[in-house]
Amino acid sequence: MTYNAGHYDVIVIGAGHAGVEAGVAAAKMGAKTLMLTLNLDMIAFMPCNPSLGGPAKGIVVREVDALGGVMAKVIDKTHIQMRMLNTGKGPAVQALRAQADKPLYIKEMKSIIENQENLTLRQGMVDQLIVEDGVCKGVITESKAAYSAETVIITTGTFMRGKILMGDLEYESGPNNQRVSVKLSEHLEELGFELTRFKTGTPPRVNSHTIDYSKTEIQPGDEKPQSFSYETTEFITDQIPCWLTYTNEFTHQVINENLKLSAMYSGMKRGTGPRYCPSIEDKIVRFNDKPRHQIFLEPEGRDTEEVYVQGLSTSLPESVQHEMVRSVKGLENAEIMRAGYAIEYDAVVPTQLWPTLETKNIPGLFTAGQINGTSGYEEAAAQGIMSGINAAAKVLGKESVILDRSQAYIGVLIDDLVTKGTNEPYRLLTSRAEYRLLLRHDNADLRLTEIGHDIGLITEERYEKFAAKKNLVEAEKKRLSKITIKPNEEVNKVMTEAGATPLKEAIKAYDLLKRPELSYDLVDQMIETNPEISTEVKEQVGIQIKYEGYIKKANEQVARMLKMEDKKIPDDIDYDDISGIATEAKQRLKKVRPLSVGQASRISGVNPADVSILLIYIEQGNIARIAN
Amino acid sequence: METDTITAISTPIGEGAIAIVRLSGPKAISITMNLFSGKNLNEADSHTIHYGKIIDPGTKEVAEEVMVSVMRAPKTFTREDVVEINCHGGMVAVNRVLEIILNSGARLAEPGEFTKRAFLHGRIDLSQAEAVMDLIRAKTDKAMSVALKQMDGRLSGLIRRLRQDLLETVAHVEVNIDYPEYDDVEEMSHEMMQKKTKEVLMEIESLLEVAKQGKILREGLATAIIGRPNVGKSSLMNTLVQENKAIVTEVPGTTRDIIEEYVNVRGVPLRLVDTAGIRETEDIVEKIGVERSRQVLKESDLILFVLNYNDELTDEDVKLFEAIHGLEYIVIINKTDLEQKLDLNRVNEMAEGNPIVTTSLIEEEGVDELEAAIAKTFFAGEIDSGDLTYVSNVRHIQLLKQSKNALEEAMEGIELGMPMDIVQIDVTRTWEFLGEIIGDTASDGLIDQLFSQFCLGK
Repeated sequence: MTYNAGHYDVIVIGAGHAGVEAGVAAAKMGAKTLMLTLNLDMIAFMPCNPSLGGPAKGIVVREVDALGGVMAKVIDKTHIQMRMLNTGKGPAVQALRAQADKPLYIKEMKSIIENQENLTLRQGMVDQLIVEDGVCKGVITESKAAYSAETVIITTGTFMRGKILMGDLEYESGPNNQRVSVKLSEHLEELGFELTRFKTGTPPRVNSHTIDYSKTEIQPGDEKPQSFSYETTEFITDQIPCWLTYTNEFTHQVINENLKLSAMYSGMKRGTGPRYCPSIEDKIVRFNDKPRHQIFLEPEGRDTEEVYVQGLSTSLPESVQHEMVRSVKGLENAEIMRAGYAIEYDAVVPTQLWPTLETKNIPGLFTAGQINGTSGYEEAAAQGIMSGINAAAKVLGKESVILDRSQAYIGVLIDDLVTKGTNEPYRLLTSRAEYRLLLRHDNADLRLTEIGHDIGLITEERYEKFAAKKNLVEAEKKRLSKITIKPNEEVNKVMTEAGATPLKEAIKAYDLLKRPELSYDLVDQMIETNPEISTEVKEQVGIQIKYEGYIKKANEQVARMLKMEDKKIPDDIDYDDISGIATEAKQRLKKVRPLSVGQASRISGVNPADVSILLIYIEQGNIARIAN
Repeated sequence: METDTITAISTPIGEGAIAIVRLSGPKAISITMNLFSGKNLNEADSHTIHYGKIIDPGTKEVAEEVMVSVMRAPKTFTREDVVEINCHGGMVAVNRVLEIILNSGARLAEPGEFTKRAFLHGRIDLSQAEAVMDLIRAKTDKAMSVALKQMDGRLSGLIRRLRQDLLETVAHVEVNIDYPEYDDVEEMSHEMMQKKTKEVLMEIESLLEVAKQGKILREGLATAIIGRPNVGKSSLMNTLVQENKAIVTEVPGTTRDIIEEYVNVRGVPLRLVDTAGIRETEDIVEKIGVERSRQVLKESDLILFVLNYNDELTDEDVKLFEAIHGLEYIVIINKTDLEQKLDLNRVNEMAEGNPIVTTSLIEEEGVDELEAAIAKTFFAGEIDSGDLTYVSNVRHIQLLKQSKNALEEAMEGIELGMPMDIVQIDVTRTWEFLGEIIGDTASDGLIDQLFSQFCLGK
């Protein structure tokens, strides 16, 4: 017998990186929100690597922040070091990465959740959903609490039918030996969802006292203070380094000799693992000519001695892991505190979702995060915030928010998932974005703050600051286009020192800044300085002017893409009624049910002729509608 | 609604005396105007027809004399601005006109695209929509099979190889970006990128060059017959035409005084271009001057220079030798049935190693030798029709040109010192264009390449 435990606008199942963003976003938007999690001490736990950001992912963290999310603020407060990556490359691919203090991250995030208005946090295991007339109406926990709700978001990560594998040891478990969620997975299957089986893995953690760092190379953070969030004003200055060492022929020998003992190499049929995050076994087998592999030693926090051995992800038996770890230079006497393992879990095939992350099967039900077949904390947070926004929007009668591929990496991620699906755990890479040059680290605020503000996640105070910055950028660009620099000794001295050919004719400051070798600061030396503008504004002006030609080209491509996105496909379309479309394309279209012709064109198996025919069919319908 | 301008040959290929190239879209008139010498089409009334010439903006040469119909939106088939260019110079000329238009900003229409636009703009009745869809399907399938048939296995193999080269290069850049700490691969430098793009660019350029050879195979080797009056030029032309079945007969000389005959000489298609000057047995050099005649001759792929065995070498002959100096020619010493007055040693000297054939066209002697010489000229050089990877499809040539432009932009970026991830944008575009040629546009290829090429962890 269940008991009535109350009614909520939005219920979030899970409090990992997707769950916390979903819950906070929904609550901030004004929806009465409940967050249920298996273990209150594990909110926003990082079961794998202790780091956030990096290429593409770091930009996602900035995007989540620009929309009003929490991940960036929490990591800004709790990291042990930060580094800007790809500084020698173009602005589009520079990205920030932070090493996290894991326990502190949990503590800080829990505090945010506990203090968020409209948000109730409770420990509990959800066994099933309440579904009435095909619509999701709430959840029931194992302790028989029945919560009714307008919308439900499942963010259960790798917990659904999770199974930990290490050598021949295998047991049902969530990551890090937490309780596993079995009934919910079975329940989703009963409701008609197609599930798939993925796997991922994690390396051993060793005790810092047992590492001989003198045999490794130091990897310090940047000295320059940096932040993910646009709101952060206080910076952590005392940073902790990571360390670099390598595997060697002995390591490889240990692995090769014991390969058949590895859970993933024992011949059992297993879930699909990610290629971008291979186990050390995979690396040795697939790239057996490589004499060594990098191993990064990453502290898991300031107040813990656990060190994450990045690069040694494995499902070998514990005994072999000892031998393997100790074969590595600097780790000769290392004590493993937790062994590495592989974990298999159920994921929802993401083509069953609308781009809002609502399921097509069951209105009112959303899924977000690793359950949708992604991997990575940042990918989870991105889906979390979007699902929270759209669930709350649905309850509050607001318009849903779908970001397109030119607006954000978040848009690329979700569009890829719901349009193409994925046959391995999906990770964002910069190469997945067609308009990488537009989706930069530096302009996430310019791209998304407006949207965050419109939906009520960005405060007025922050918005005004943003608007002021935007205006300053425009004004400065205009100013530079009006200043003429004439060739004289002083100017050409600056030019020569910068390695540029001296000026022969007068040129606008704006045009001079287009030269790759000249930075804003150099051009600034030749003209009157604008005292009003900050470093960020200078950076923005510099990038926008320098890459103007390429940005313009990208914008033209975007305009063409958006034209097709604007051609909406009516919900009641009957693909069987369209004779010209090829059978395979029909099947794919019926499954994905794209919202626009643009989305349809990205489905594999739908060719340009099918798209043309679809377009005509839709126009025909529109004309018929007008005629009636 | 549509923002680009499309074009295609809208008459059946290889049939009829007149072929029409049609343009539709907002720039239909302005694109034509840029190529057209004649009335200012921008000011032309709708539904009017105008005489003029299509000039190749690259070479400033007259490509074709045409009649151009201007039809302004909305009272047109597509409800966009439409221009129809009537060409009467056979397939060669019409293809050339199409190519010039494609190089001037129009895009080659997809199969059935004019009809599709007509429909989307409400020009076609609702009940016809089904027919339009069928048409697109049918035309697409047909175009696909034709394009596939046209594509030589060697060509698709080569394109695949070039794409793989580019993909590996791009994957290299990507791995530098997505895995900046990965130490197994050095940072892609501007020099490395420049070397790679240059290699691929050269391959594409040579493909385009060979595409020209392919065009020769398809359209014929432009062949001019020159010589003083009464040396036997007309007889030579008649002999070649009679000996070999003419493929296309003459174009009426109403608008211009050029006669073209297509003959197939031992597998070499010759397009015999006979300027009026020659036809009228007048001296081309005398008539239009050495400089100008050299210009005319330059446009020929092969020159047949006829001398009289029965006459001494004259100043005019010498002038002609000078006019064709450096060009591809065969010297034909005709009238061997008559007494020798020609100084053969001197001819030998002047011919600079070009083939010399002696004939008596009246007696039908030496014709075999002449044909052999023509065939040898064609096949002996770089061109070997049996072993030629050539691109003949207009769409393929356009895509190759776009690839070339994208690579050139990449090179420009490299020279400017743009960061590698920016340069890579143009390299990736090249990869995509080449993919369109062989019908492979799946973008997941890069991700697959990334993980098969590199052992990535972090």
